[in-house]
Amino acid sequence: MKVLAVCEQRDGTLRKVSFEVVTAARRLGAEVDAVVCAASGPEGCAAALAERATAGGHRAVVFAATATGKDLAPRVAAKLGVGLTGDVTDLAVDGGAIVATRPVYAGKALQKVRILGQPAVLSLRPNVFTPDEASAGITPETIPVPDGGRVTVREIKPAPAGTLDVAEAQIIISGGRGLKEPANFKVLEELALAFGGRAAVGASRAVVDAGWRAHGDQVGQTGKTVSPGLYIAVGISGAIQHLAGMRTSRIIVAINKDKDAPIFKVADYGVVGDLFEIVPKLTEEIRKLHG
Amino acid sequence: MKIAVCIKRVADSEARVKIAADGKRLDEAGVKFGINPYDEFAVEEALRRKETAGAGEVVVFSLGPAAAQETIRTALAMGADRGILLQTDAVPADGFETAKALAAELKDGGGGWDLILFGKMAIDDYNHQVGPMVAELLGLPCVTAVAHLEIDGAKGVAEREIEGGIEVVEFPLPAVITADKGLNEPRYPALKGIMAAKRKPLETKPVQLGAGSVEILSLALPPDRKEGKIVGEGAAAVPELVRLLREEAKVL
Repeated sequence: MKVLAVCEQRDGTLRKVSFEVVTAARRLGAEVDAVVCAASGPEGCAAALAERATAGGHRAVVFAATATGKDLAPRVAAKLGVGLTGDVTDLAVDGGAIVATRPVYAGKALQKVRILGQPAVLSLRPNVFTPDEASAGITPETIPVPDGGRVTVREIKPAPAGTLDVAEAQIIISGGRGLKEPANFKVLEELALAFGGRAAVGASRAVVDAGWRAHGDQVGQTGKTVSPGLYIAVGISGAIQHLAGMRTSRIIVAINKDKDAPIFKVADYGVVGDLFEIVPKLTEEIRKLHG
Repeated sequence: MKIAVCIKRVADSEARVKIAADGKRLDEAGVKFGINPYDEFAVEEALRRKETAGAGEVVVFSLGPAAAQETIRTALAMGADRGILLQTDAVPADGFETAKALAAELKDGGGGWDLILFGKMAIDDYNHQVGPMVAELLGLPCVTAVAHLEIDGAKGVAEREIEGGIEVVEFPLPAVITADKGLNEPRYPALKGIMAAKRKPLETKPVQLGAGSVEILSLALPPDRKEGKIVGEGAAAVPELVRLLREEAKVL
């Protein structure tokens, strides 16, 4: 099976999801063409990718379900006249057809679908497919993107230095109502810093709706669904829509004063008590490890 | 301003998922349904744009079962002028089929929309595809996951969150926009609005969809997480927690 793997780069550097996409594409077929768009205009890029897939006779086109991939993949699928199978977490080939598993209802259920589209167009949830060693050496072909799209990127305002997006972080420390007031998120930010740039601070819907934290930080069914290696839920009781968004984290730690909080049902490790004593102590211990 | 908003009826985010007997879809018994939360931002934005312009029409479209009439009524109660339901037995697994039906309906009657709004994704199937597909089918510019929008005449500026920053894009109208949380604060329908919604036009049109290119094989509950342990109480438990994270879980 010939597969087109759509990579992403920023400032000339390939992003980690690119290696994940190439690794997953190799699971589908031995012949993988890795490509990256020469420019960021979504219209030109979608047109160039659809053309490349048609000309190359690719049986599948694989994207990462990042902000860029979520924007591009449906445009390319529509140009190719097929549906998109989005946010895939597992892939197999069965009797020549691609079978994909994807979380639905924010991960409360897993849907398995057979993709009949020619080509199959799919996007992969970031952080799920572990890049193999062979993918590290790829040099994607840069495909030219025609000028003159109607939608033009005027600027990119970078997030404040040192902050990491929750969708990409390996470690997430999320806070809820138990933090009591917005300023108290400082204790979580200090813990995140102690992890040395690998951690992001997330938030529950309650505190985002209350205006304490930015919308982009929300974890849950109406926020981001995340799969980090370590998820630390602080002062979050564990509403079903929050649990849905983080239950595929590898290891979950819960810190809550209420020993009966539902969050402890999904946590691998729980600590009961006052978060304002527990979190600073944890920060101190993590600093020791990294010191 | 003539604005179309496409909305979806979805299971409430607090709903527990049970699997239907066919092993392929949600058991809907006892499940509360409502408007997809991201679509509420789209409806609210349409109403504000019309209010700012001082004139125009907000028309709500949905594709789904007869029960989706209730979902459209919610948008009408918020203030939309009229609704059109493209009635099917079920929403297809292939979003392109939905997009084709909506695009055909949006073109019907000459189109002429200044804006076509969607939520950035539905919280049930998580596919984030119908909005941009409709834009492709109608040949319109499209900006997805918009958290801030400014419109000046026939020109728009939108902000969308990307990993590690905010992308600011410019686009001409007419355009398709998909709404992210943060775009606005949706209003609750007032009693007056709910009463008025009952008298607003809501047209139901049966549609036949193609078989599509995505076949559902199964729907299953995720494996349960293995029961965890309470390490202890208070700050005194932290050294043991760190030891477990290092030696047992190997995440530090």
